[in-house]
Amino acid sequence: MNAFEPTLSGSPGLPKSNEGDPVFSEPWQAEAFAMTVRLHEKGVFSWSEWAEALSHELYKPGRRADASDYFDCWVAALSRLVTELSITSPDHLDQLTQSWHRAAAATPHGQPIRLENDPQR
Amino acid sequence: MTSHSGDGDHHHHDDHDHDHHDNHFSAMQARVKALETVLTQKGLIDPAAIDVIVDTYETKIGPRNGARVVAKAWSEPDFADWLRSDATAAIGSLGYTGRQGEHMRAVFNTPETHNLVVCTLCSCYPWSVLGLPPVWYKAPPYRSRAVIDPRGVLDEFGVTLPEGQRIRVWDSTAELRYIVIPERPDGTDGLDQKALADLVTRDSMIGTGLAKPAGDMR
Repeated sequence: MNAFEPTLSGSPGLPKSNEGDPVFSEPWQAEAFAMTVRLHEKGVFSWSEWAEALSHELYKPGRRADASDYFDCWVAALSRLVTELSITSPDHLDQLTQSWHRAAAATPHGQPIRLENDPQR
Repeated sequence: MTSHSGDGDHHHHDDHDHDHHDNHFSAMQARVKALETVLTQKGLIDPAAIDVIVDTYETKIGPRNGARVVAKAWSEPDFADWLRSDATAAIGSLGYTGRQGEHMRAVFNTPETHNLVVCTLCSCYPWSVLGLPPVWYKAPPYRSRAVIDPRGVLDEFGVTLPEGQRIRVWDSTAELRYIVIPERPDGTDGLDQKALADLVTRDSMIGTGLAKPAGDMR
């Protein structure tokens, strides 16, 4: 049993290890998972709201056969939910995403990538 | 290459000072950062709390292929030699490739020399080989202190090295990422590679720890 059990059981198809822990293949997947855990703990959305949003993305046509896009769906579900709850708008989220792309590209190696590094900000 | 005083040699194979922009976010990395930004601004999450949750999965992220590389190097002298001369190819021969795993160099701990790797401020950390970096590792103060006073930093991690053992500090770059091959623990002669891999911690592959002693397998 672990502390994130509600999120785990509310997330159909989550890749898990033999011990029942979630399995991430890249760090951003764990970050997306952790943010979802926190938002759920804070009561921003309920277990069933999350499960519904995630399922909606998971059952969209065009999924990869090997399910390697599971966390892509996860991030899409989280994005959708926070815009549906009017925490932010889809446009603002897209702008911020582009801004992070520019910030990363403009950051010299060896320095932390910060949003302020986006030359267009 | 820059030399530093004290007992740490700092090998600086990079062009940090040049105008060299090699950072790149994947679509998903950028989207997750955007979500984190907006949720932080709204006061709904605290990035430090997110780091803490992620850190609990430290051993669950990435295939941690490095432990298997180390165990093989301990067991097979030919593989160790290959790793020493061309780590990228030797690691690649095990099927471990990928954007983050490319251009690796293996640095071997010996009774005379302990190796320590710094620099994870950007996207160059080879997490597909080493697993997720520890949260503190990303902090700029760690990096600068490790260069100036590696022995003091290791002391804080509970790693006390023999008096005469020197410490070499390696700065990971976008072009070249390092994996430390820790010394094989005593009393592990009979162990197979799988059992040996269990002794290889993430910290031992970045030099902030040692391999676990025999009999301390999880």
